[in-house]
Amino acid sequence: MSLETIYKLVTNMLSASAVTLEVFFLTLLFSLPLGLLVASLRMSKYKIIQLPIRFYLLIMRGTPLILQLIFIYFLPSQLGDKLSVTIPMLPRFGAAILAFTLNYAAYFAEIYRGGIQAVPTGQHEAAAVLGLSKVQTFFRVVLPQVIKNILPAMGNEFMTLVKDTALAQTIGVMEIFRLAKSSTSTNSSILPMFVAGLFYLIMNSVVSKGFSSLGKRLDYYK
Amino acid sequence: MENNHEKLLVMQDIYKAFDGTAVLKGISLEVNCGEVVAIIGPSGSGKSTLLRCATMLETVDAGTIRYLDKTMVTIGADGKAKYSDKKQLKEIRLCFGLVFQNFNLFPHFSVMQNITEAPIRVLGQSKQDAEANARNLLAKMGLSEKEDAYPCQLSGGQQQRISIARALALNPKILFFDEPTSALDPELIGEILKVIRDLAAEKMTMVVVTHEMTFARDVADRVIFMDEGVIVEQGVAADIIKNPQSERTRAFLRRVE
Ligand SMILES: Nc1ncnc2c1ncn2[C@@H]1O[C@H](COP(=O)(O)OP(=O)(O)O)[C@@H](O)[C@H]1O
Ligand SMILES: [Mg+2]
Repeated sequence: MSLETIYKLVTNMLSASAVTLEVFFLTLLFSLPLGLLVASLRMSKYKIIQLPIRFYLLIMRGTPLILQLIFIYFLPSQLGDKLSVTIPMLPRFGAAILAFTLNYAAYFAEIYRGGIQAVPTGQHEAAAVLGLSKVQTFFRVVLPQVIKNILPAMGNEFMTLVKDTALAQTIGVMEIFRLAKSSTSTNSSILPMFVAGLFYLIMNSVVSKGFSSLGKRLDYYK
Repeated sequence: MENNHEKLLVMQDIYKAFDGTAVLKGISLEVNCGEVVAIIGPSGSGKSTLLRCATMLETVDAGTIRYLDKTMVTIGADGKAKYSDKKQLKEIRLCFGLVFQNFNLFPHFSVMQNITEAPIRVLGQSKQDAEANARNLLAKMGLSEKEDAYPCQLSGGQQQRISIARALALNPKILFFDEPTSALDPELIGEILKVIRDLAAEKMTMVVVTHEMTFARDVADRVIFMDEGVIVEQGVAADIIKNPQSERTRAFLRRVE
């Protein structure tokens, strides 16, 4: 490889890794709160609210993410063809964020739900008898305990998301894996793949380190 | 003329069923200011449910509950229980405290935070005032050096004393205890009973569900024996325990002795 190609590869890799980071952070930004909403609807006592949410959870967790990506990207134009109207396609990046958000919100919702249900009813009752409002009880008493409960599961999910960002390439998002793949074939060198692998590894070590130090900070109570 | 305001708590004809199974079948109970009432009875007789109805953790199906001159629930025109409006219920909530069998302290809060959380957020006390008051209560409980500890670092007896301090921090007019010593190792029971005894000496109004017969006899002004959702008999503590009139009470006392 000439110096020029190496230089070009490095700058391309840097911009592609920025895209990967964007997919990661935007997905979290939208799916973490959405998951909380989904979890609260899932726990609704009304069947009419609960049932559609359960259906959504089943679809999101029961089919491959790669399929969901393709579906969300191509659905508008397919639908347009069938109905003989032009529905504009989502941009690749936007479609990827939407698919990731919907998928991860489903997993987060189930994690939140488990974490909320693991808080003993006695905690709610103690708060109620002390006169704390529902909102105070949730934010002051329940949520801190939920965060501690779900930390390990969340850590796993975040690390999976780091690796899942590579799936965005199926709908043509130029993230680090897609770039590595194309430069591997143009340069007949596996080096870009190796660099991409290293990138995921470093990103996940940061995530893992972050979770373990957060876990230690919450270790002050059982 | 009877002075109604002497009666801190009045419960009349309380009915409560879970999924069609009647648990409270017409219970009436009055508690006067400064009185200590012990409730005894076999497990499953509805003692906890009665306390939970009095503290709004459960709603009654029918009946009347009143704290001083404030009505919590009464019989509506349709014969069903009709609760007062939110504002009134909020005021009533400030009348009582409840101490649970398994403490239910907030594990992520220090002892100090456990005690000051409600005074600050519910009563609107300043942090300084709430903490000063909490320190007094901790001193009374003999736990002054524990204010920065977390519940998991304390023994069951210490945790229960903290939960009593937490309830007292809101200055309740009446304190309910649901088997406050049943989750404790035998050697820790005494320290809780002593706290309750001290509160009784200060004329704190209390309703205590307990299996400690000696304690009930020595500390309670009145003992109520409940079985299968009804009050079978009640009266002066010593009389009920030494000289029960009902065969059901006699059978129960034979079993616990
Ligand atoms: N939330 C509930 N749902 C259904 N049944 C209940 C519930 N709470 C209590 N019960 C039933 O009510 C009866 C009385 O329970 P409880 O008041 O706890 O009795 P005690 O405190 O005297 O042991 C028991 O048979 C119990 O199973
Ligand atoms: Mg009970």
